[in-house]
Amino acid sequence: MQRIQPESTQDIVDTVRTHAEARRPLAIEGSGSKSGLGRPVNAEMLLSMRGLSGIISYQPDELVLTAWSGTPMREIWVALAEKHQHLAFEPAASALYGSGNEAGTIGGVLASNLSGPRRPSAGAARDHFLGFSAVNGLGEEFKAGGKVVKNVTGYDLPKLLAGSMGTLALLLEVTVKVLPAPEKQRTVIVPVPDVVTGHRCLTTQLREAFEIDGAAFLPAAVAARSGIDLVRAPGSALAAMRLTGSPVSVADRCAALRAAVSLPSEELHSMRSEALWSEINEVTPLQQAEAGALWRLSVPPASGAKIATALGQGEDWLMDWGGGRLWIARHNTSAEDASAVRKAVAAVGGHATLVRGPDSLRRAIDVFPLEAPPPLLKRTKAAFDPHGILNPGRMYRDL
Amino acid sequence: MLLMPAPDQEAINDRERIAAELAALLPPASVIAAPAALKAYETDALTAYRQVPLVAVLPASTEEVVRVLRYCHQRKLKVVPRGSGTSLSGGALPLADGVLVGLGKLNRILDIDFDNRCAVVQPGVTNLAISHAVADRGFYYAPDPSSQIACSIGGNVAENSGGVHCLKYGLTTNNMLGLEVVLIDGEVMRVGGRHFDAAGYDLMGILTGSEGLLGVVTEVTVRLLKRPPTARALLAGFASSEAAGEAVAAVIAAGIIPAGMEMMDKPAVAAVEAFVHAGYPLEAEALLIVELDGTAAEVDELMARVKAIAEQKGATSLRISQSEQERLVFWAGRKAAFPAVGRISPDYLCMDGTIPRGQLPLVLTRMAELSRQLGLRIANVFHAGDGNLHPLILYDANKPGELDTAERLGAEILKLCVEVGGVLTGEHGVGIEKRDLMPTMFNEIDLAQQMRLKCAFDEHQLLNPGKVFPTLHRCAEMGAMHVSGGKVPFPDLPRF
Repeated sequence: MQRIQPESTQDIVDTVRTHAEARRPLAIEGSGSKSGLGRPVNAEMLLSMRGLSGIISYQPDELVLTAWSGTPMREIWVALAEKHQHLAFEPAASALYGSGNEAGTIGGVLASNLSGPRRPSAGAARDHFLGFSAVNGLGEEFKAGGKVVKNVTGYDLPKLLAGSMGTLALLLEVTVKVLPAPEKQRTVIVPVPDVVTGHRCLTTQLREAFEIDGAAFLPAAVAARSGIDLVRAPGSALAAMRLTGSPVSVADRCAALRAAVSLPSEELHSMRSEALWSEINEVTPLQQAEAGALWRLSVPPASGAKIATALGQGEDWLMDWGGGRLWIARHNTSAEDASAVRKAVAAVGGHATLVRGPDSLRRAIDVFPLEAPPPLLKRTKAAFDPHGILNPGRMYRDL
Repeated sequence: MLLMPAPDQEAINDRERIAAELAALLPPASVIAAPAALKAYETDALTAYRQVPLVAVLPASTEEVVRVLRYCHQRKLKVVPRGSGTSLSGGALPLADGVLVGLGKLNRILDIDFDNRCAVVQPGVTNLAISHAVADRGFYYAPDPSSQIACSIGGNVAENSGGVHCLKYGLTTNNMLGLEVVLIDGEVMRVGGRHFDAAGYDLMGILTGSEGLLGVVTEVTVRLLKRPPTARALLAGFASSEAAGEAVAAVIAAGIIPAGMEMMDKPAVAAVEAFVHAGYPLEAEALLIVELDGTAAEVDELMARVKAIAEQKGATSLRISQSEQERLVFWAGRKAAFPAVGRISPDYLCMDGTIPRGQLPLVLTRMAELSRQLGLRIANVFHAGDGNLHPLILYDANKPGELDTAERLGAEILKLCVEVGGVLTGEHGVGIEKRDLMPTMFNEIDLAQQMRLKCAFDEHQLLNPGKVFPTLHRCAEMGAMHVSGGKVPFPDLPRF
């Protein structure tokens, strides 16, 4: 594939327009850190957004940051950390979606709507994406949303662009909501005999007012692969619950939560707690798995144990979001196995995305399940990219 | 005065037959065609605009909504969806040639699911009824628009409503898991469910806040949150809006995100105090209410920090709620601000711009100048935490020309919001009220892109036409509309 890296918005507009006129498809990428996510793109030319980089404006008091879409996440994290702020949806720096242990660019994070363990309490990338300028598939530059934290003017296009994998428009300038980073964190870990007990523990405590902002379950084999001594020590499966906030508040809630849990528990403090949630966010324990296909499931949280029992093989799986997100490694990479996964999920409501798998499988199936009527999805795509030149095939087979 | 698209005379002439045909599709009592009965639907909370609809229907199930929309689609009849009719932007203003679809009969809570921390409700359920239904278990639904006692959840979805707690807990869109909508051709679409996030294109995200232009909501799955064990509020008076604004910025800079942070100016405080006697300091130029929630220890700690900030920024009076009853009294004033202003002026227009908070002193100064120039008073209430302004423009509709002046003043204020880096609407929606101001924020290409998305859902533009967009192009034109150099092919097309 040929590769071009325009250095200005005008270059990008011109490039897209030329390709639109010639009906020549373009593959779009930020830094390529998520190139393994989605279906292989049918294009001969790759347009890298890496040339459009840098923070344009950061106003901590206004809780907004505006940057060019090709800005590396690491640059954004450094700027936010200086002001004790963060992106509350916890985008991961993970080798999961492509090559290298890369966090990628802010544009890539938004275009794939990534989020971490804090998603149930703080929202996903979509919930923090306030506004943008972008180039549609006709080579027209347009904008939507705004640069303030509260806005309902016009259609909420940032929501639609979040998770659209570059198939609707190329993001140029993006504005995100930023928030004060919690001062402290602690994690309560509860050794449990099995997933049913562990999941029940999470469900029960999430119904209380502890403000848990991370609720995961690690099967014994997965806990044994952790880099954290206290996580390996019990030699069993674990339920883990994170508490963040001011020091007084965290200590208070931690004591109350441990008292409420009827089983013996341990506490992980700052560094160990952070390390555990990085492992969960980056799905580190499953990256060592030999399996050929890795699935990311979003299901009703109360169904977590049921789905894990039905689909978890050889304990190569991980539960987050109190049961609402499951990462499951499968050895079988056939299309039949993919339908088995989807069938199990359909029974409880939710969806399964293939996040890693051989090209053959990624071509054979819908990597992203179809949740809406295909004709409407087609018309939505055509409203932005009528000639189908932006990342064709990446998201949906015929789009 | 804002104009609506010229009505289709044929539809109006055919009114009786249309009513009869609809009555064959629904229980006859659910079709309203008598002029006296139709009058009940002639306006929403933007009462300056009134229009009796062609006919009103009150479907009681998704299936009945399907039948109505399929019929309207076949006959190419315009459709205006309506929840409780509390829109401040005219979102539910009827059309003379349009069928008004009232969703009030779809008023059941279908399921409450504490293990998944969500509730499945029909669109006509009121916002507050959801919180009431789960209160005994310590849960609530977070977004709380001032009209929450009356406004429907379906309308909240259509408008992406906010409230006083959205800095910390988000708008409607951040508190939803699933939707059932009926598209204009009668197709029923379900998106989301009890799980998080879309797998593909986030159609729930785009339907939320689409102001009834993309589909009719027939079921909503909302998230339920556990009510924090403690909430306390601080009431602080300041000698100037600048000082109050600095206190707000300092709270955020200290890393504190309060559950609510509201500001009122002197005229608003005076109106409210005369109405509810909340004990607000009448001498203050600006009043702040800061609410903190969480565990008792956390609230105590943060309250001490907020109090110190308020003192440092020169607060002239300070009170901290000592009981739940006192906290509610602090809020009673703020929540009654609109009706309180209604008592001191025959009519008022409620504006809804958002600005970067740092621009507040400039915006208040320029707003005072505009108020003097145009000779109409303004009372300000302000979601200070997120920069969302609600200037209330006081006028008397019985004085010739005063509504026009009030609208002109409102438009100038909203243009000012955009000029300083803000937006036209923070939570009330564009509706008809801000429709003609859209070009101050968006250029022709931006608007054309949004209209093409509208066409993907509603090719014949039958759903709520005349709202949000200042011009109507036929979708066939939009498809061919190739914008080059910022010029569209039909720049002279008249605006209605």
